[in-house]
Amino acid sequence: MHRSRSVRSSVLLALIGSLVAVGCASSTATESAGEATSSATVAFPVTIDAANGSVTLDAQPTKIVSISPTATEMLFAIGAGDQVTAADSYSNYPADAPTTDLSAFEPNVEAIAAYEPDLVVYASDPGDLQKSLDKLHIPALMEPAAVTLDDVYAQMAQLGEATGHVSEAATQNDALGAKIASTVAAIGDAGSGMSYYYELDDTFYSVTSNTFIGNVLGQLGLTNIADQAKGASSGYPQLSAEYIVQQDPSLILLADTRCCGQTAAKVAKRPGWQDLSAVGDGGVVELDDDVASRWGPRIADLLQQVGDVVQAQAAA
Amino acid sequence: MKHASRLEGTHLLTGTARPSAARSRRRAARWTVIALLVLFVAVVVGLFAGAIRIPPLGILGWMVGDGSLTEQQRAIVSQLRLPRVVLAGLVGAALSVSGCAYQAAFRNPLADPYLLGSAAGAGLGATAVIVLGVADAPLALPAAAFAGALGGVGLAYLMASTRAAGRTSTSLLLAGVAVASFLTALQTYVQQRDTNDLRAVYSFILGRLGTGGWHEVLLALPWVGLACAVLLASRRMLEVLALGDLEAASLGAHVARDRAIVVIAASLATAAAVAVAGLIGFVGLIVPHAVRMATGASNRLVVGLSILFGAAFLILCDVLARTVVAPGELPIGVITALIGAPFFAVVLRRSGAAR
Repeated sequence: MHRSRSVRSSVLLALIGSLVAVGCASSTATESAGEATSSATVAFPVTIDAANGSVTLDAQPTKIVSISPTATEMLFAIGAGDQVTAADSYSNYPADAPTTDLSAFEPNVEAIAAYEPDLVVYASDPGDLQKSLDKLHIPALMEPAAVTLDDVYAQMAQLGEATGHVSEAATQNDALGAKIASTVAAIGDAGSGMSYYYELDDTFYSVTSNTFIGNVLGQLGLTNIADQAKGASSGYPQLSAEYIVQQDPSLILLADTRCCGQTAAKVAKRPGWQDLSAVGDGGVVELDDDVASRWGPRIADLLQQVGDVVQAQAAA
Repeated sequence: MKHASRLEGTHLLTGTARPSAARSRRRAARWTVIALLVLFVAVVVGLFAGAIRIPPLGILGWMVGDGSLTEQQRAIVSQLRLPRVVLAGLVGAALSVSGCAYQAAFRNPLADPYLLGSAAGAGLGATAVIVLGVADAPLALPAAAFAGALGGVGLAYLMASTRAAGRTSTSLLLAGVAVASFLTALQTYVQQRDTNDLRAVYSFILGRLGTGGWHEVLLALPWVGLACAVLLASRRMLEVLALGDLEAASLGAHVARDRAIVVIAASLATAAAVAVAGLIGFVGLIVPHAVRMATGASNRLVVGLSILFGAAFLILCDVLARTVVAPGELPIGVITALIGAPFFAVVLRRSGAAR
């Protein structure tokens, strides 16, 4: 019983780790960031070519249920926040998001339907959420975990189209792109000689450059030490402490400050880690797990946070 | 103990013929030497193998105080690799010896260290401190897991003792199953209520040696040492218990008291192992059986050999866990099952053919 349980647990952990990878079929949005028109009023009905197929919305949705924290952030960013009636329990940003008990992991269709939504936005469908919503004739958009920044732009644009905020979405996309570009420009070549270790939890699960966050951090020209791990095909290898210490990465990026309470001070106290160069010269960066595990507009802030440290390291 | 001579060399689980006392002593000595050698080899392999290559000669030199390793290599060997080997050995010994004890005390070949709810209790304890947000306090996590594991077993005992039949092995077993299910359900409920902590909960529950250091070794050592000493001292008691409650009582054993001593000692070892390394399956089930089948020995010898072979087994499994996909790691529970099951099958076949 417990044997199978521990194996099952490991599978589950891997699943949690790779949740971001689930349903990564790249978004089939027809419109891309730049193309969005700036028409203030959008004529409904609109038909959207989404990841879950063709979705037709007869009128502008005003009672949206978002069970994707990323989608919630995006909807608020593009000015559709007022149209969101309910958001899942993880949707903790922005502060005025209508967070409820709705679960994003095990979506309960009855609970969702109780809000009488005219649009449901979700990131993954572990059960048969889509089928159940179809039966209830509730339109739904799947906005799956992004693999690249282009997916982010496409999803923002798609949500803009679905909610009647096409121009705001385009504006947000431009701002996002500009912020990322300025971070990248500010560090120049400084990142090329540096390596980083990205920590998902305190048992040293990490991400490779094939993941969304690895991809985004790759913009800074940093080398990811997890790319060496053969088990990296999953994108989320568990690294050996010996290897991390030996690699002596220039940056240690902690994406487990919330989940596992890790801090730069705690990293410095780990046996064998005291002498790492990142520990000695401020290269341990405490990230916000939530921002790091989502693919919303705040990803630009995270990139800047890391970029600032890269600059400081290069200047030192 | 006037019946001791009658019990000498009784081979309940193997059915082999009763050897003479001298032969049995010789065999005990031979297997003890073999086990010590295997453990020594395991430690050496554990020290030389790892995610990164460190010159074996350099490691040998480091052990005798020579300074040819770089500072970084020394730190890796002394602060990461060596404590991990020692921790794997301790946990392997603890799980194997308590598996051996449980199997004898309950006369159940499927008994493992987690049988009476210690795993579920430890899981609940750990989940509770994580969800309450006090897991950062020093020792909070291992202490809660330790208390939870003992609490689970204690609850099973309480439940069984209220039955008119008293603490028979069957009523205790059934109580253990009920307690384990109940505590697991409780743990799942607490965990579901606060899914933000899911990751931390699972990284605790999952077996893990990769983050262990000398700190964990020192935490577990006293309990594991105490439990091993008690179980070694009661190895004759185990043999009597393995005969069955009625038989044991007719031989003058205080069955309930003896079983309590054995179960408490085994639970202490398990609790200590769970507290520092989470749940590592298969070791406690398989090592005692493999030892029994390979040596044809009775519980009296199997207790000690389980400690040594259990330590060696987990050290070697951990070597695989940290080298096969290096610089990545494999979950230790996957290795113990993947290696343990086929190995067990071979021993099972060979011991059958030998008869």
